[in-house]
Amino acid sequence: MDLETKTPPASQSQTHAQAPVSAGPIKETTAPPSARDDGFTSERHVYRPHRVGLPPILPYVRGVWRRRQFTFELSRTKLRSSHFDTVFGQLWLVINPLLLAAVYFILVEILRQRSGGAPFFAHLMAGLFVFYFFASSVNQGAKSVVGGGRLILNTAFPRTLLPLSSVVTAFMRFLPTLAIYAVMHVIAGLPVGLHLLWAIPIFAMIAIFASGVAMLFAAAQVYFRDLSSFLPYVTRIWLYASPILYYAEEVPDRFRPILALNPLYPLLASWSDVLNQGRQPSVGLMLWGLAWALVAFVAGGLFFISREREFAVRL
Amino acid sequence: MPSVSDDPRAEAVAVPGLGDDASIKVESLSVTYRTSYDKAPTLKNIIVRKGRGERTVREIEALREVSFEVPHGAVLGLVGANGAGKSTLVRTVAGILPPTEGRVEVHGRVSTLLALGVGFNRSLTGRQNVVLGGLAAGLTRDELAGKYDEIAAFAELGEFMDLPMRTYSSGMYGRLAFSVAVHMDPDILLIDEALSVGDARFKRKSFEKMRELCAEARTIVLVTHALGSVRDLCNQAIWLHKGQLAMCDEPGKVVEAYTRFLDVGESEEVLEDV
Repeated sequence: MDLETKTPPASQSQTHAQAPVSAGPIKETTAPPSARDDGFTSERHVYRPHRVGLPPILPYVRGVWRRRQFTFELSRTKLRSSHFDTVFGQLWLVINPLLLAAVYFILVEILRQRSGGAPFFAHLMAGLFVFYFFASSVNQGAKSVVGGGRLILNTAFPRTLLPLSSVVTAFMRFLPTLAIYAVMHVIAGLPVGLHLLWAIPIFAMIAIFASGVAMLFAAAQVYFRDLSSFLPYVTRIWLYASPILYYAEEVPDRFRPILALNPLYPLLASWSDVLNQGRQPSVGLMLWGLAWALVAFVAGGLFFISREREFAVRL
Repeated sequence: MPSVSDDPRAEAVAVPGLGDDASIKVESLSVTYRTSYDKAPTLKNIIVRKGRGERTVREIEALREVSFEVPHGAVLGLVGANGAGKSTLVRTVAGILPPTEGRVEVHGRVSTLLALGVGFNRSLTGRQNVVLGGLAAGLTRDELAGKYDEIAAFAELGEFMDLPMRTYSSGMYGRLAFSVAVHMDPDILLIDEALSVGDARFKRKSFEKMRELCAEARTIVLVTHALGSVRDLCNQAIWLHKGQLAMCDEPGKVVEAYTRFLDVGESEEVLEDV
């Protein structure tokens, strides 16, 4: 008897189950526009309450995929507005991180009182550039939902496209910096070989991790608008806690726990191993990094999707 | 849950040849907003308010137990005072706002023309906005390329299509918004107080376009304070009062009852197309 009284009232998932759902294998939306005209039941939507619940994931993902062009178009317009398509706009994207790397290099050289030389500069550049890809994904991603106000108020579409588009934008900005890194890589006389291909899966994992964190902060930003003002400090501290201004091996034992807690540590250490040390990344680090990337992506994504129906009311 | 739909928000299934005739079916729909007291919710404000023991969110019942059906090809007029919940109802039907209780069933592709202007970004050009909006609505690039010329021609913007939308007059803004909404090949068109834009000529043109859509048996929901257009265009009308369904009947009767309620009489100002 006690058990019965404890059962919660019909949960939302139960109402879902009662929804008249049939497993129609026909996806009408792929039909050409003319085919829509013959029947009005070609697309049927049922809206029912699940404010803090998850919509069915599979159709959601399909909706995201169907609108992928929107993600790219949005990031393209954003880039165009920052003069990405002009010569000086591109040049600035290269000069800015290069100067930043130079400043950090001089700073670290002075503090360490011994020269790391060109290979260390290459390590710093590689780490810094990829970290800035991560940081700008997260910073822009956090603003994407709040900044996308009108579109959200007026159009029904999967909102995850907004933070994901920020990651695409950050990636487009990251690409030109790869070119200067390549130059530095050769100047520093670092090994060139097939092992460099490992950088691709490592970068992919960093991108997946960045997407997850971007979605998490984008949703949180709706509820706490002051988040964006202290986000730069978070990324700054994160930068210092990552093996970028130093090699991972140099970290004294008493600071090891901090490094171990940093989700970017395994990824950035592998990144430097491949690009700088010219060796294959350790399997342990790669798996560790992959685990973080997947956890962040799934957690951030689910949090975002479960909240996104509320955004239209909260903006 | 096996469902096949393009819209992730809807637990939707493509049901070929559903016997039901309704295009929009709203069943005891309630929508309650939770908005924060502060203009912008921040962590600081929440902590301060919690510290003072104040509530941080306020609930607003925008709609209460509203039920109705709209058959295919009908034009539904929605009337009611400001704050009666008309825009909320339209947004819920469009799938933008989640219902708090009840159920909304929509058959077909929905296109919206809402009071806030279809989500245009004022710093982008008209062209970029049309493309972005169309892609967000789920059109493909090819479909859009086919429609773009029609949209631009109908809006009569000429070279302004390639200028940032902040340079537009409000009439031009509205014309483009209307043009986008009607050219998205909608089965259901939701229009929220947007006919006030444009000059008399464009207004006539938009009326004609809407009649054309009706003739193709598209469903239209029209939110307006212009009771004249409710009478002229609609064949069904709903009067919302403080979030509740006050009346659902023929447009003539609803307009009559509503004007009697407003106690203004059928004067020129009310009937005139605003």
